[in-house]
Amino acid sequence: MFWSVTQSLLGGLLTTFQIFLFTLLFALPLGLILAFGSMTRFKPLRCLVQVLVWIIRGTPLMLQLIIIFYGPGLWLGHNIWSGNEAGRITATVVAFSINYACYFSVIFRGGIEGVPAGQREAGQVLGMTKSQIFFKVTLLQMVKRVVPPMSNEIITLVKDTSLARIIAAYELTFAGYSFMKSNGLTWPLFYTGVFYLLFVGILTLLFNHIERRLDYFR
Amino acid sequence: MAILEVNDISKNFGSTTVLHKVSFSLEEGSALAIIGSSGSGKTTLLRCLNFLERPDNGSIVVRGETLFDASMPFKEQEKGLRTKRLHFGMVFQSFNLFPQYTALENVTLAEGLLAKEREDYKQNKKTICEQIEKHGRELLDQMGLADRMTHYPHQLSGGQQQRVAIARALALKPDILCFDEPTSALDPELTGEVLKVIRGLAEQRTTMIIVTHEMAFARDVSDKLIFMDDGVIVEQGDPKQVIDHPREERTRQFLTRYAQG
Repeated sequence: MFWSVTQSLLGGLLTTFQIFLFTLLFALPLGLILAFGSMTRFKPLRCLVQVLVWIIRGTPLMLQLIIIFYGPGLWLGHNIWSGNEAGRITATVVAFSINYACYFSVIFRGGIEGVPAGQREAGQVLGMTKSQIFFKVTLLQMVKRVVPPMSNEIITLVKDTSLARIIAAYELTFAGYSFMKSNGLTWPLFYTGVFYLLFVGILTLLFNHIERRLDYFR
Repeated sequence: MAILEVNDISKNFGSTTVLHKVSFSLEEGSALAIIGSSGSGKTTLLRCLNFLERPDNGSIVVRGETLFDASMPFKEQEKGLRTKRLHFGMVFQSFNLFPQYTALENVTLAEGLLAKEREDYKQNKKTICEQIEKHGRELLDQMGLADRMTHYPHQLSGGQQQRVAIARALALKPDILCFDEPTSALDPELTGEVLKVIRGLAEQRTTMIIVTHEMAFARDVSDKLIFMDDGVIVEQGDPKQVIDHPREERTRQFLTRYAQG
């Protein structure tokens, strides 16, 4: 039994990992773009981004996931997500990416605004272009500032992937829970918890490593 | 011909007038000191020269070329802003070194980025980079920092940081080097080393504008002195004459207040 549970949980872990990885892949750059949008001097765009962030942060992620998965089928008359597991994972990644990008954008904005104006000005008087100033001067200082709050969000993301169960994506929690439903077993639930703990443990080590690597400047 | 001519520069922040019709000129190879109490507009004037602020009025002419004229259309003002900035170098009160780069990298960064725009960069990449590094090392050496090249800013004292900042500003060979209260953020025992470096630059006939509270230093090093108060130039002329025998009552009051500490 232990091996079949392990196998099943590993299958769930794969889905969990896919959701996690692809969400990060899309949400990180999208978050940076939204951060710039929320800081632009062009007011209509700034307001648009602020309203988006308000809506996304102001409603449950589970609700957003349900709307994104079922919405197109109900409004357009045909489901844009294929009915199989891949379609469910894709819908989850889309909902998660939008949601996490909004949270990330606020962290990024804080990181960028936290870099003293003098740094930008020093770049300007040295004849650097705006993009040179961002990539060569601001970016790394921003990264250093955002690592601690980002590690919080990213660890939350690991556990939020369990929300995908609501649209029947077979992720880790779903896998553990199914043994309780079918066989009345509770120990797989604790076993599932161990998987999450290991996942988050590895991430914690990774973030500690990044923080140490960025420790060479202040 | 004067290397720099500043004509009728005015600047308002909202309803506050920070600069009002400021005009002066500067000869090549000479040092200009600007003194005055806090809030008199000295820093804003330097920021206007470096295009960190946009004057509401007036013009800035370097070597006969009009870099800025408030009556020009906005697009014309923005055109070639980066190249225009390179006529001026700026040393900030709070150094503003880039913390993630070593002293040497701070000095060579901008020159390296500019070199990438050169047409022959790809063919001669190695030689160009070597030249830039050599130049950076020479400048730091000149600042007395030969043994601090690979240190990061937080590993340096304030005086050392400011000397790196001076080397960084010199790296792009600006026509005019501006100092914005270069010793105001330093502990008293560290101001000497920075002033010594600036004095050395003056002896090499570097064209400079120095905003400072170090009255004795200004009197000693500069060829011309400006006293500003409330956004206007109250008095300008020979430093010894202005400081020892001010003509204007406001200058006299300022100097008396200053002498009393």
